[in-house]
Amino acid sequence: MLFTSYEFLAFLAIVLALYYILPKKTQWAVLLAASYAFYALSGIEYLAFIAVTTITSFAAARLMGRVSDGEKRYLEGRGEELSKEEKKAYKAKKKKRRFLILCLALALNFGILAVLKYTAFAVVNVNSLLHTFGAETTLTVPSLILPLGISFYTFQTMGYLIDVYWAKAEAQKNIFKLALFTSFFPQLIQGPISRFSDLAPQLFGEHKFERKNVTYGLQRILWGYFKKLVIADRVLIAVNAAAESPENFGGVYVFLLIILYSVQIYADFTGGIDITIGIAEAMGIRLAENFNRPFSSRSTKEYWNRWHITMGSWFNDYVFNPVSVCRPMLAISKKSRKWFGKKVGKRIPVYLATVITWFLTGLWHGAGWNFIVWGLLNALVIIVSQELEPLYSRFRKRFPRLCASWGYGAFASIRTFLLMGLIRSLDVYRNVPLTFKMWGSIFTKFNLPELLSGGISALGLGLADYIIIVCGCIIMFAVSSLGKERSVRDRLYNRPVLSWCLCGALFVAVILFGAYSVGYDASQFIYNQF
Amino acid sequence: MDKLLAILNELHEDVDFTAETALIDDGILDSLDIVSIVTEVYSEFDVRIPPEEIVPENFNSAQALWELISRLDEA
Repeated sequence: MLFTSYEFLAFLAIVLALYYILPKKTQWAVLLAASYAFYALSGIEYLAFIAVTTITSFAAARLMGRVSDGEKRYLEGRGEELSKEEKKAYKAKKKKRRFLILCLALALNFGILAVLKYTAFAVVNVNSLLHTFGAETTLTVPSLILPLGISFYTFQTMGYLIDVYWAKAEAQKNIFKLALFTSFFPQLIQGPISRFSDLAPQLFGEHKFERKNVTYGLQRILWGYFKKLVIADRVLIAVNAAAESPENFGGVYVFLLIILYSVQIYADFTGGIDITIGIAEAMGIRLAENFNRPFSSRSTKEYWNRWHITMGSWFNDYVFNPVSVCRPMLAISKKSRKWFGKKVGKRIPVYLATVITWFLTGLWHGAGWNFIVWGLLNALVIIVSQELEPLYSRFRKRFPRLCASWGYGAFASIRTFLLMGLIRSLDVYRNVPLTFKMWGSIFTKFNLPELLSGGISALGLGLADYIIIVCGCIIMFAVSSLGKERSVRDRLYNRPVLSWCLCGALFVAVILFGAYSVGYDASQFIYNQF
Repeated sequence: MDKLLAILNELHEDVDFTAETALIDDGILDSLDIVSIVTEVYSEFDVRIPPEEIVPENFNSAQALWELISRLDEA
């Protein structure tokens, strides 16, 4: 069931009504029933997979909790009889047991994700290798189902398990409550990836009807639909046209495609997240923000602190940090200092962890070389920026006024926007050599007059569409800029007439300019497929 | 503590680590800096900071970091 379907709007209206009409202590049960109904409507066969993740995570967390409780009781009872070394050895033994339980649960759940998502990709590559070495055998490429949102709910639930292992979260004692945390329907298919300590108390708590929450929630949902239906789904037509016939759209079109796809993915993904956060807000639940004006970033590092924030922080906390401070990495660090000297040696573990993290981030996005290369290119840009930092620092000290100027800030933001857009175009062509070839054509076939003399209409959009896209971008930019200090909804809250007029105008725009007239079709959100 | 301040100053020589109390919250230290600090601490003090201790409260000031190192050394 798509967020953009009429069925979903009817479903949401029923859920919201039940949520506030039924007794407050049953609110979490209403959400659980709604979440499972939503998931079943998306594909009844998917339910088994999310149920396995829930049951195994519940069991693993409870077992780890039991080991911790036993440890606490033992040390409280016999703590004074034991020497420091004996206590240390006992704690290490118990930690090892918890670690074993954690590893089994992670292996099972990430194993399911890996088998379903990456088997076909692995088999295709094995076949390709076999042919390269002259073998005549060809393995059959399996066609497996991929449950909707599996990457999101697996990561969110595994984050919870790691938090229990680290004693940052208590093991949930009610399996149905854990099932709700795993399956909460607004965020199930495209995030944001929440932390148990932030989301669970809100999901299981009682929420009274508050006009402000519902108003804010509905306004945000409407804003999300505007971005998705008016802007993203309209730009999609041009992006698809350019991507499907790369031989016809090289040079300047590739440059245009980079800009258009950046607009599309921003409007699509932030629009989807606006709908998600808006639904939760209408229920009195605050989800983590996933974006913070990413296109104003002046560097790649800053961009990744502002774009898909919850995924970035998940990879930082559960991959980058553990990998970079694990014992083998510390041993590498010691050896590399010995071999290459302190200055170079200390960078090696950091950069190695960066490459591993970005490789996995790419793989998380999809089973394809384009995603892996996308991840590795991001790692490369981050590492090169880090290496150039002393140079930038000297430049900033030498020209402080220039670097503080508006113009320099705009230059740095545009540079980051284009660089990230260039790397992101791997996602459009889904073919690494072709993408590199198309990048090359920007420098060899940049024929601007062809584009201006009518070529732009070959992308399937008319002048009216481009006007709507440009106006939509100006509105998004204005709302984003105004919201820097104080959100637009806060500014409008005490001005109901203006607020109603603007919401009405937005609603009319969605109805009139949404890309679902003849020949258009409300498309699935880009991040649903990840 | 002097050894720790030397490690921190080597990363950002323009920051007064004796006075700063919001190194993470103000974005002075990023994730790459933190990993550098953890590996330096392991190298200089033979104390391993586990990933669950990599939280803003432990890295917001040199004093908080020093307390973390002392606590892990004693454990």
